[in-house]
Amino acid sequence: MLTVPIDTQILFAGILFFLGLIGLLVRRNLVFMLMAIEIMFNSAGLVFIIAARHWNQPDGQVMFIFILAVTAVEVAIGLALILQVYHHFKTLDVDAINNLKDDR
Amino acid sequence: MKSIIALIPALPLLSFLILVLFGGKLSRKVTGWIGAGSIGMASLLTMVVGINFINALPGLKSYTVIVWQWMHAGNLNADISFSLDSLSLIFCFVITFVGFLIQIYSIGFMAEDEGYRRFFAYMNLFVSSMLILVLADNILLMYLGWEGVGLCSYLLIGFWYKEPENGTAARKAFIITRIGDTAMIIGIIILFVNFDTFNIQDLMHQASAKWATGSTIAVVTAFLLLSGALGKSAQLPLQTWLPDAMAGPSPVSALIHAATMVTAGVYLIARTNILFSLAPIVQAVIATIGALTLLVAGFSALGQHDLKRILAYSTISQIGYMFLALGVGAYSAAIFHFMIHAFFKALLFLAAGVVILVLNEEHDIFKMGGLRKKMPVVFWTFLTGSASLSALPLVTAGFYSKDAILWFAYSSDSGGIVLWLAGIVGAFLTALYSFRMIFITFFGEAKTEPVLKEGKLMTIPLIILAVLSVVGGFIELPASMGTVHIFSGLVNNTLPGVVIKNVENVEWLFQLISALIAMSGIYFAYRFYFKKPKYMETFRHSRLNHLFETGFGFDKIYDTIIVNPIVWLAEIDKKDIFDLFNISIANLALLGNRVLSLTENGKLRWYILSFAIGIALILTFMINK
Repeated sequence: MLTVPIDTQILFAGILFFLGLIGLLVRRNLVFMLMAIEIMFNSAGLVFIIAARHWNQPDGQVMFIFILAVTAVEVAIGLALILQVYHHFKTLDVDAINNLKDDR
Repeated sequence: MKSIIALIPALPLLSFLILVLFGGKLSRKVTGWIGAGSIGMASLLTMVVGINFINALPGLKSYTVIVWQWMHAGNLNADISFSLDSLSLIFCFVITFVGFLIQIYSIGFMAEDEGYRRFFAYMNLFVSSMLILVLADNILLMYLGWEGVGLCSYLLIGFWYKEPENGTAARKAFIITRIGDTAMIIGIIILFVNFDTFNIQDLMHQASAKWATGSTIAVVTAFLLLSGALGKSAQLPLQTWLPDAMAGPSPVSALIHAATMVTAGVYLIARTNILFSLAPIVQAVIATIGALTLLVAGFSALGQHDLKRILAYSTISQIGYMFLALGVGAYSAAIFHFMIHAFFKALLFLAAGVVILVLNEEHDIFKMGGLRKKMPVVFWTFLTGSASLSALPLVTAGFYSKDAILWFAYSSDSGGIVLWLAGIVGAFLTALYSFRMIFITFFGEAKTEPVLKEGKLMTIPLIILAVLSVVGGFIELPASMGTVHIFSGLVNNTLPGVVIKNVENVEWLFQLISALIAMSGIYFAYRFYFKKPKYMETFRHSRLNHLFETGFGFDKIYDTIIVNPIVWLAEIDKKDIFDLFNISIANLALLGNRVLSLTENGKLRWYILSFAIGIALILTFMINK
């Protein structure tokens, strides 16, 4: 079985995380931003899996199940919020939704 | 039975509370009768208490009733306790009885006023405070009453607060009396620090036991208390507030600024006479101030054209007589003049109030005239009051009271011919300005037509007071005519009698002179103001008259040396120099706020980026460790 060194695995998770972060920063559409957040979540989950594999402990796997549950909940709430935002502002452009901004 | 004296100040206080708390629900009629009735009840109680007290004399000279403990901390001990002796009895009688008549009058006088309930509430609070002042057993409770009457005086001078100048007059009265009050509380504290008690009797006993006559501390303390008395009683040099205080309604001027409150200074000095006898210099100062005040105010009264201001200066002048009597140690003469003055001066103010009301708020006597036929009751009562004020011989009470003062000013141990001369000149002035008022206001041709008719509620108190200002004198007749000593007999149970120096008893001669002086004053008034008004017209435009009219320019002097510099300082301080440091701190914080609020630009992605950078920085530092 081909074993990938742990550094490479972590690096892969890191790249995934930064891809998510960059997606979050460059996209203005709220749906895409939510998707980028999902990617970041998954990269964090991946690190848990890697750690569990590395030390041969089940805790990491368990943690990932938790993360999946949290992500599912987050997506449900996030999508509901996005629906409401769209309903209210008729746009999903995050830069246009700045009503709480300091007006000075 | 004795504890009934606590009810005397409590009744007006109760009606004050009723009027303040539930007054909105009461009709005007009920309001008026609660206001007057409570003082009427207090007056009845005073008479009952007084008769019992006089019957118990001379066995029982004073008694004390402790109502409750007021404050107790260490050796500081003060109770709400009242004590009755002949001095406080006389003051109580005058306050409640004259106060009752004035309240009855007010029901008619204030009938159309929108502040009807407020007026009666304040008046009741005033009467209550004044009664606390004269009945107080300890000097701290007395000071409570003292400040209470000052407060009510302020509130009632500024009663018609919609006119800004009334508010100014009220503040002036308050601030000037405050100067005296501050000196007085310092005096009280000195007494307490030295003797560890507030009880007036104990203080006086200890003072006479421990302080030598003429010692510095006695002189200083007496002088501080005197300052309080000068402020309250509008004596030189703190007299300027009283003429302006006439901005209040006439019943207020009658009750507070003629009959009762302004004589609180007389009461204070009489009450603490033992302390003053330890300071002969201060005694001499009192007599001198009294003599000067009665002259200055007498001349000032000659130059006034506002009816109420004439009476105000006359009040200052008459209280000057009382101070003169106090200064020469003739306490009973001072208290006697206080009582008679309360009768006739309340009468004069009330009658003047009617005149002003009927003539539609006309204060200027030169625009009045010929009122003798139109309002005969007011004319005859006003005439009686003026006759009593000018000490018309034999028939009026004012003659007997003023004559006693004049005689003692000469014959007392500390008196002398100079004080007597000042008094006799003052007597001439008094007769002159009193009848100047009469001739200009009530004789001659009518210049303003009355707009309404005075009611019975107003005239009946006038008649009662007029009777009192005539017969009130017969309870104390000098040795040369009848020797009746009912009043001084009563007073001398509490206060020391006057010490007469070894002179020939020529009291009849002095009486003759003062009688002639009073008559000639009236005659001159008749010549100048009735027969030959031409002279009067020329005099009215002279500079001397201007000097009199401005009350010898005291206001101007005080404005120049005290008020204006303080206003100037205030103008500078308005720029808040000392606040610059604090303001700069606030500005710095504001600047920081401006800069930081730039980052709050409403761009969600910008927030995420700064978030990420922040986390990256923190992680970098943590890993480097």
